Amino acid sequence: MDAESVSKEAAPVTLQEVVTEDRLRKKNWLERHMSPQWYRLLQGVFTNPLSVIGIIITSMFILIAIFAPVIAPPINETIDPNLIPRDGYAAEPKPPGTLWKREPPPVPSWYKTIYKNDKWNHLLGTTGGQFDIWYGIVWGTRTALFVGVVITFVTVIIGLIVGVLSAFYGGWLDDVLSRLTEIFLAFPFLLAALTLSAILVPLFGRGIWPAVIALITFGWMTYARMIRGEVLSAKERDYVMAAKVVGVPDGQMILRHILPNAIYPVLIMASMRVGDYVLSFATLSFLGVGTEIGYADWGQIVSFSRDWILSLDVYWYIIVFPGVALLLFGLGWNLIGDALRDIMDPRLSRGT
Amino acid sequence: MTAYIIRRFLQLPITILGVTIFIFAMLQLLSPVERSALYITTTPQNDAAIDAIINKYGLNDPFYEQYWRWLVGQKDPVTGERLGGVIFGDLGYSRTGRMPVKDLIGFRLPATVELALWSVMPIIGGGVLLGVIAAINHNKLIDQLIRVFVTIGWSFPTFVFGLLLLLLFYAKLRWFPPGRLSDEMMMVVSSPGFVQYTKMYTFDGLLNLRFDVFWDAFKHLIMPIVTLSYVIWAQILRVTRSSMLETLRQDYMTTARAKGLSERTVIYRHAFRNALIPVVTLGGLMVVNLLNGVVVTEVIFDYPGMGSAAARAAGSLDSLAVLGFVLFGGFVLILSNMVVDVLYAVIDPRIRVNSSGGA
Repeated sequence: MDAESVSKEAAPVTLQEVVTEDRLRKKNWLERHMSPQWYRLLQGVFTNPLSVIGIIITSMFILIAIFAPVIAPPINETIDPNLIPRDGYAAEPKPPGTLWKREPPPVPSWYKTIYKNDKWNHLLGTTGGQFDIWYGIVWGTRTALFVGVVITFVTVIIGLIVGVLSAFYGGWLDDVLSRLTEIFLAFPFLLAALTLSAILVPLFGRGIWPAVIALITFGWMTYARMIRGEVLSAKERDYVMAAKVVGVPDGQMILRHILPNAIYPVLIMASMRVGDYVLSFATLSFLGVGTEIGYADWGQIVSFSRDWILSLDVYWYIIVFPGVALLLFGLGWNLIGDALRDIMDPRLSRGT
Repeated sequence: MTAYIIRRFLQLPITILGVTIFIFAMLQLLSPVERSALYITTTPQNDAAIDAIINKYGLNDPFYEQYWRWLVGQKDPVTGERLGGVIFGDLGYSRTGRMPVKDLIGFRLPATVELALWSVMPIIGGGVLLGVIAAINHNKLIDQLIRVFVTIGWSFPTFVFGLLLLLLFYAKLRWFPPGRLSDEMMMVVSSPGFVQYTKMYTFDGLLNLRFDVFWDAFKHLIMPIVTLSYVIWAQILRVTRSSMLETLRQDYMTTARAKGLSERTVIYRHAFRNALIPVVTLGGLMVVNLLNGVVVTEVIFDYPGMGSAAARAAGSLDSLAVLGFVLFGGFVLILSNMVVDVLYAVIDPRIRVNSSGGA
């Protein structure tokens, strides 16, 4: 313990002094316009070097998704750009740098500037069946972000509804919903999602939806439990009691008084899980219950490598490039999530 | 305490019933033609045969009637023989496995159990060790390095990590092969002189004193074990580390140091033991992760266990087989969670006090 902290402890500070000091402290624009909780989070995330790396990685993916048509221009406007353009149908993958022979898509200007070349290369090689890996990764970024955001959004909404109903009304409704949550928690996640998407494929056809619906179905329980706990504790606060006495209707009570206080840790939790959902989606795709063949989706590109297990060292580019994309995507979100968790964890914030 | 355990036991059948209802509801999304496979043991030759099965077993009946029949089976009106009935273990016929789902599970189970048993030690041991080292060196370079190392593992999709291992150690170096046993050893194992006590080749190899069989089987297990461990370590590290950090701050730690105990004794005798209590709760989480990880790992390494069978069944829409595996996995999960809860209550006196007060 250094001298400064000793002297601080020696002079007892009254609550009045602390409050006055905090009020007089100079605050920047952000701090004045934000709730102290959010400000603390933001400050924590942007001062932790690991989470800054996470933010940089994640922003990079968002930029790639936005500028996908510039980075890898689609062949023409009539074809769905999410389908990877292919260069013939040969079974053997081609290494990075091979010249694009059949129907190459338009060559982007950045490529002409850097490579001083008007002919498209397969920058990252092709998979078996000649799907271009560069296109797959660039457009797959859109798939990944879309899937991650949709699953997170819907699971949070379901969790909110179940958790709020369960905690706010209590009684038999709470019993039923809690049992329901428990039942869903009893499913082995990946196997259950695998099964449901396999069942949904004949109904919806191949695409992102069977896997997305399956991951949502087996992914909302954590939020429901969390929100239930938060609402239960918010319900006991004085201001909620006061609002009840005044006769505020249920709907308004939940939306205006309870949720704003209860939702905060849930949103943090949700941001931490985006990466997980995308990895699960890629896993389902890899196992063959995801998108149709040739859809720009990282898990599926990797799955092409399964035909070449014996000579993976020759065709390394089928795994390494989409694998790195997946790893970085997950890492970006996890680094941010880790920092958020540390800020949130009261046991760690007491300081050592 | 007893009341707590009894309450957990009473909830068990409700949860399991709920799981079966939901699984059956998923099954209803399939057409009656696909569901007719529940009741047959060979591929039917024509459409009329399928229609006959649909009528015979009432596959167009209301949900609850079908559910009841699926659950307890029904008597054949002619022979009086019981058909179907999930609670009797009749889960239908697996198209991809070419045998009843029940037999498929029994046939594939030993391989998966073997993999899981060998993985538990490195997962827990490695995760706890890394967590303790990180906590003792809180915020120092080694703590940061360990956290980055495990966060990368956590961010790795299992299949990508597994394939990279295959790329390096199989395709390039030829050290560790995929599969479960090499052909020569397979001949030894299936020869009459070799007794398959457990059907787990590493243990059978030891029991038969055939160390070459043991080593061959173990060589096939190394890459799957490494894959499973690396992607799960992050969770165990996180809990061990924060629990250890909290324990290190407790007053009794200062007391122990003040008594003049060596730092080693302080950490192992006083901190480590108490810090391990929350780690027990991870047991349930680890079973979840193993159940998830085993599916992908077995597929990647071509390991003939339940996971790869389930994945193949799902890929070719052999829904009955996958439903069987899900039901089985659900059972494992429910039981292990209960064991963890009870164990936790036994270990941690605080829970015991709370629950007896509340119940």
